[in-house]
Amino acid sequence: MVRLITHNLLACHVKGCTTNNFPLVFQDVQVELQVAEFNPDFIRNMLSRLEWTALVNAAKQVGDTSLPPEQPDMMDDELLQKLHHVLMEIHVTDGAMVCQNCNHIYPISNGIPNMLLAEHEIG
Amino acid sequence: MSRPEYQAPPEIYYGDAEAKKYTQNTRNQQIQADMTYRALELLNLPPDEPAFLLDIGCGSGLSGEILEEEGYIWAGVDIAPSMLEVALERDIDGDLFLQDIGQGFGFRPGSFDGAISISVLQWLLNAETSHPTSSPPHRLTRFFTTLHSALRNPSRAVFQFYPTSDDQIQLITSIAQKAGFGGGIVVDYPNSKKARKVFLCLFVGGGGTQQQMPKGVEGEDDEQVRFERRREKEKKRDVSGKRKNMKDKDWILKKKELYRQRGKEGVPRDSKFTGRKRKPIF
Repeated sequence: MVRLITHNLLACHVKGCTTNNFPLVFQDVQVELQVAEFNPDFIRNMLSRLEWTALVNAAKQVGDTSLPPEQPDMMDDELLQKLHHVLMEIHVTDGAMVCQNCNHIYPISNGIPNMLLAEHEIG
Repeated sequence: MSRPEYQAPPEIYYGDAEAKKYTQNTRNQQIQADMTYRALELLNLPPDEPAFLLDIGCGSGLSGEILEEEGYIWAGVDIAPSMLEVALERDIDGDLFLQDIGQGFGFRPGSFDGAISISVLQWLLNAETSHPTSSPPHRLTRFFTTLHSALRNPSRAVFQFYPTSDDQIQLITSIAQKAGFGGGIVVDYPNSKKARKVFLCLFVGGGGTQQQMPKGVEGEDDEQVRFERRREKEKKRDVSGKRKNMKDKDWILKKKELYRQRGKEGVPRDSKFTGRKRKPIF
């Protein structure tokens, strides 16, 4: 269950991979929608931590284009609802995440991404 | 039986059978729940703010369930696939990652409002291979530095763990301090063998105001066996050899009061002579 909220916080942690290691790119993803409780305070709280362009791109990769490409200055309820849907309700169940820089593949199976590294990749 | 962390690495020890057993054991559930509540208390998060927490070594989500109940959103990491499978079956809300915490995290700076970890750190203290990256100090350093950057400023991380010696505590705290954390060890019920719990309470930042170090819970262990106190009393009597003289002034006053309440007639009045010895006249 990789939600976009965690995807947006996740960078590649392979040894020496420090630039251009975010965001990880989704590949052959299968998506599942699960209804979650709407919590506007939480979304507002998380807003400062999110990378908007990365979020919009990730949403596009999983087939959701409801977000505006530029982060609007004002957050109204409608937009918060959309954000909530994108961040909390879209679950990636299968596929992979790929680092653009070092091409390390993090496979996702059963909703759980495998973040384990090989010995030579450990920093 | 020896400690689980000596028997096998965690991803092997918590195989399918052990993962099920661990999760279904009501005693485990109770202990995990108690420790999670205590860890949340130590985290000292601002009330009424829906925080985003990291559960390090979330296992089958026993602690995550409690985070959900308390209204927090969380993500969890664990190295045992069987445990994560049980977590999926139990249908919990948090995002799960299969990750070796000794390899470090890839979370962006300031991602989480806090982190908790229940009974995990001791697993980092064993070297599985002779490769330099699998030595405990190296893994701990990698773990604490990446965790430090993944947490917001200010925030806290609370780890409950089972150290075998003071050297281990020393090692863990010194590495955590080098990684930039403040804080230290909190011990609950330090005088009890069974209820004793060690918490590592780490602070990120703190700004101008120093964060207050929480105090461990002291006090008596409630799990004392019944009648223990009475036995203790009797032991004391045996040492002195004699029974205490029961018929002192207090005892007499108590009896007289009792008789009056029962409506007995002719109970002598209380005076300054009550319960006093007569002078030896002859």
